[in-house]
Order: sequence, then structure tokens, then C-alpha cells
Amino acid sequence: MSKPFAIMAEYETPAEIMAAAKKVHGEGYQKWDVHSPFPIHGMDDVMGLDNAKVGWFTFFGGLTGFVTGMVMIYFMNKFDYDVVVGGKPLFSGFYAFPVAYEMTILLGAFGSLGGMFILNRLPRHHHPLLANARFADVTDDKFYVVIECEDERYDENLTRTLLEGTGAQHIEMVEDAQ
Amino acid sequence: MSETAAQPQVETHTPKELVRQPLVLNNRPLGWITEQVAGIVEGKMPRWWNVAFTISFLVMMMCFTYIGYLILTGVGVWGLNHPVAWGWAIVNFVFWIGIGHAGTLISAILFLLRQKWRTSINRTAEAMTIFAVICAGIFPGIHVGRIWLAWWLLPLPNANSIWPQFRSPLLWDVFAVSTYFTVSLLFWYMGLIPDLATIRDRLRKNADKCTTGCEKLINKVKQYLYGIFSMGWIGSNRHWRNYEKAYLLLAGLSTPLVLSVHSIVSFDFAVSQLPGWHTTIFPPYFVAGAVFSGFGMVLTLMIPMRALFKLEEIITVRHLELMCKVIMATGTIVGYAYGMEFFIAWYGGNPYELYAFKNRAFGPYWWAYWIMISCNVISPQLFWFKWSRTTPWFIFVVSIFVNIGMWFERFVIVVTSLHRDYLPSSWGYYSPTQVDILTFVGTFGLFMVLFLLFVRYLPSICIFEVKGVTPQADPHAKEGGADKVEGGVH
Repeated sequence: MSKPFAIMAEYETPAEIMAAAKKVHGEGYQKWDVHSPFPIHGMDDVMGLDNAKVGWFTFFGGLTGFVTGMVMIYFMNKFDYDVVVGGKPLFSGFYAFPVAYEMTILLGAFGSLGGMFILNRLPRHHHPLLANARFADVTDDKFYVVIECEDERYDENLTRTLLEGTGAQHIEMVEDAQ
Repeated sequence: MSETAAQPQVETHTPKELVRQPLVLNNRPLGWITEQVAGIVEGKMPRWWNVAFTISFLVMMMCFTYIGYLILTGVGVWGLNHPVAWGWAIVNFVFWIGIGHAGTLISAILFLLRQKWRTSINRTAEAMTIFAVICAGIFPGIHVGRIWLAWWLLPLPNANSIWPQFRSPLLWDVFAVSTYFTVSLLFWYMGLIPDLATIRDRLRKNADKCTTGCEKLINKVKQYLYGIFSMGWIGSNRHWRNYEKAYLLLAGLSTPLVLSVHSIVSFDFAVSQLPGWHTTIFPPYFVAGAVFSGFGMVLTLMIPMRALFKLEEIITVRHLELMCKVIMATGTIVGYAYGMEFFIAWYGGNPYELYAFKNRAFGPYWWAYWIMISCNVISPQLFWFKWSRTTPWFIFVVSIFVNIGMWFERFVIVVTSLHRDYLPSSWGYYSPTQVDILTFVGTFGLFMVLFLLFVRYLPSICIFEVKGVTPQADPHAKEGGADKVEGGVH
């Protein structure tokens, strides 16, 4: 059984889709998105999106890395295998720093990439848009506004009229093949 | 009477507006960029690729053969002996790891500095980084002698219940290099996701054109593989928002990382007490040298690549010129460091230090020193002339000299500092053996095999970023930016 998933409008240029996104956002839609071959500068503001939260993942990743590095060296060189080398103290934050620093960056990087995937709910290989033949141009040179049917303000006729009024080249329904 | 003549001449014409050169020539549409880059991956490889791959593969196998011989016999097959106990293995390690630094500089530091020209070259440079670090990683692994115990480098629980000593810069190196490799790989992969999606979608569109069953099967398998690795990317703006933030953060993390990696490599030398190694200038001097050598290698690879794949409109002469300027700047820093080392050796008043440096320039290894000086200090100065910065074949020749010079720099640092110990009874002359030389030559085979596979199977230019810097990508330009061809968004 396939049911309608969303209405999709196709545009040729970033300027056109920018204007269209402004209108859709102005109408108060929530479950909608803009799809483009590259990130369009200024689109976040037009869509009314706030700052991305990836930084938190990076921060906690980095913090974990630093603490892990320091604790690991403390455990290994001061606690578990305490051998005095050159009459120096068994543990000091200075000599432990380079390794802890590298660990900070390592886990911070994993946090950034992992955070991006988690926030984007990726990987997702079964998205209805991926099954749409026309949508394949999104990674080439076309721009799309997609409004999901589950949106509270969605109305088959009104939404279509709205998109037609934005100068879309092509409008079609996207099916969700269950 | 003479009133009019005395008046100063006022020029009335408006000053000419300086226009930036476009980053993609001839105002190409977005679809053209996709076609040009993804076309390489989809099409059949030209004959030169097969020839180059075969040669590289054989050279790589030679490398593995010699490594096998080394493992079966022992490090005695190398030219190492008292007093030079660090020879080509360390030289090659530092050489390769340095090469990698240009990739991260281009992808991270130039990104933070908003140098938009980086978009055409960052993918290839990052790939080069990863492959160079792989080549570098071989040497510390095999030089330990009993290679089956190389895992002792890592802090892993073992039967002797001992842990590594974290005061050693050699251990810092293990962490720095492995972190560098991992983070570079993550950064590279992240940049690839939208482009892999492009190839996935193109395969889907071309599925109908497949006629034979075999073609259909290949198309299906490729769709599946590119699909898996593109993570279901659909170009959603809600995704782009997180993606761009994560990319910025990764760039911000990679920048201190790249500076730390070669600093830590330099600590391997600088933390010792040996005259010629024990200098505080080493970290910045090594980092500048690394960037210098890396840009040399980027140009060595990119000049043939852009010609063979007809990418001159995306990797323009302007890109080459800007890279030449980086080479000139870092080459000058390196030259300054050479001079400053000598000055401090004299000014420091330590006779052993001064001797080490005199011996470096005029001792038995004078030839290596002067090869280094002529390649690293003199050759980049040719780029003061515009002609030499804009003539690809000439840049290619200079880039080869840069590669040679930077290898010799590490040779000079390692070998000349070691070969004369404090007592003349501990003096010697180090020469490599056939195994030393051919193992190193073999790593170029490994490097080229990986690089050729990269251009064969992955988009060698960052498609989405190049699209993003074209005038058509500017949402504020009327008609998609057609009236802003010259200005565009830079």
C-alpha cells in the first residue's frame, strides 16, 4: 500500500527557492524542508531555524577525551606501574598534556561527526524521497521544497496553490511505498 | 588670461572596479560541474591510468617484498650501525608525515580563513594526506626490529604487566599520528557524503540506459555501495545546517591538530640532548617545512591530474598560482630557520653545537646539505616572477625539487647530527643499503596505487563545495547570478 507522503515543488535557481521558502515559512508550515545540491547561504534564517546543536556533541566528546587521557596516564605511570624516571615526579599534567590533547581532538572529532549523524537522523536509506525519480536531480542542479502531508496546515488544494504561486517549474506528490 | 591653464587637471572618469577572477572559468552551469567530476568516476579509465596503475602496483609489491625480507632477516639488512642508529626509516617517516600536512592546511585552515579557492583542491589534498600518513605509518612499525611486538607502542595490557612511559615524545608521536590519521579520515569522509549521494543518484538515473544484464548488475552493485556510504543523504537544508556546523567544528579541531602533529614529530629530536637536534626552533620550523613539502606534493599530483582529466576550468591557473605563493612563503620561513639555526649555534657559544652545524654544511655530508639548500631555499624564490607561478610545467618541475629538498632536509637533520658523536672514535659514515632505498621507492608505489584508486572510484573534486562558490549559487543575485559573473560570491 502506498500513501501520499508529501508535495514536492521543483525550482531552477537558489533565488527562486529562497523566495518560495519565505512564503512557505510565512504560512506557518512546520514539517517541510528545502533540498538543494549545496548549502544555500541565508536559508536557515528564511526557514526560521535556530543554531545547530552539534557543538554540544563536540564539547562533550572533547571533554571525555581530555579526561580519559589524563586519567589513563595517571593510572599507568603513577598508580599501576610506578617507576621513577630521572628523579621526576610520577605524574605531572605537563608531560601528560600532549597525549591528553590528542585524545581531546580525537574524541571531539568523533563527537562532531557522530553528532551530525544523530541530529540528522542519518543514515536513513528508506526515505520516500529517495524512491522518487525526479528528486534524483537534487544532488545535481535542481532545488526542491517538500511539504509533508502530516503537517497540520497541509491541505491538498491550498498547499498546491501556494506552491504554484511561487513559480515552481514542476509540482508532484511523493508517494510513501510502505 | 592664464587662469584656466593654471587650474589643476581634474580627472572625471570613475575609478575602474577591480573584478575578481571567477573560481570556475567560463561561467559554467551547475550541472556541468557534476558532469565533469562525476563523469570521471563513471566513465572507463583511459589507457594511461591502466599503465600507471600497473607500474605503481609492481612498485608497491616491491616495497612489500623488501619489508617481508626485513621482517624475516632483521634490521641488519638496513644500513644502520653505530653511531647512526636512526637512518632512512625515520627520514622517510618524517618526510611522508610532512607531506600530509598540506591536505589538512587546505581543508581546515584555509576553510577557517574563508579562502574559497580551496574548494577545487581540498578533496585531492585530503586524500593525499591520508595516503601519505599510511606510507609514513609503515616505517615506525617496521623499524622496531621485532615487528610482531609493535603493538607494545600502544598502552595495552600485556603479559609483563608494564605500561608505556608517557614522558617519551616517541609515545606522544603514536597518539599524534594515529589521531591525525583518524581525524583526517573522518574529515575527508564527511566531505564525501554529499558527493557520494550525487554519484548514487546519477547511477539511479542511468539505470535505464544499461542494456546487458552484466551492466545492470554492475549498476546495481555500485548503487548499493555508493548508497550505503552516502548515508541516505537527501540534501535537506535541515541536514545541511548540522552538516555545515559539524564541518566547521572539524576544521576547528583539525587546525590545532595539524600544528601539534609535526610539533610532536619535531620533539622526537628536540627533546634529546644531541647537538643539532636540541633546538627550540624545531616545532615551528618543522610545521612550516611540512606545509612546504605538502604543497609541493599537491602540485606534483594536481598538475598532471588537471591536464589528464581536463579539469583546467575547475582547477584553474589561479589556483596553481595561489599554491605557489604558499610554497614561496613557507619556503622562505624554512630558509630563515636554516639561517637562524646557524646563528644560534654560533651565538649560543656551545662548541659542540657549532661543530655540529659546521660539519653539516662542510663535513662529509656537505652534498646533502647543499642539495637541501638549493631545493628548499633557492627554488621557491623563483615564484616571485608571475610567469613561473602561472606556467604549469614549470611549477611541476619546481614542485619536484621541493619534494627532493624536503626529503634531504630530514636526511640532513637525522644523519649529520648522529654520524659524529662526541669522541672521534665514535665517528662513522652512514650509507643506505639496497633494501633501504628500494623500500622507500616502494612506498611511492603504495602511495600512487591508493591515489589512482581514489581518482578512479571517488569524486576527486568536492562537487557540492565548488557549486557553492559559483555565482549561480548566490541566492541574492538576480537570474541566479548571471549578471554577477565577474563579481560573484567569493
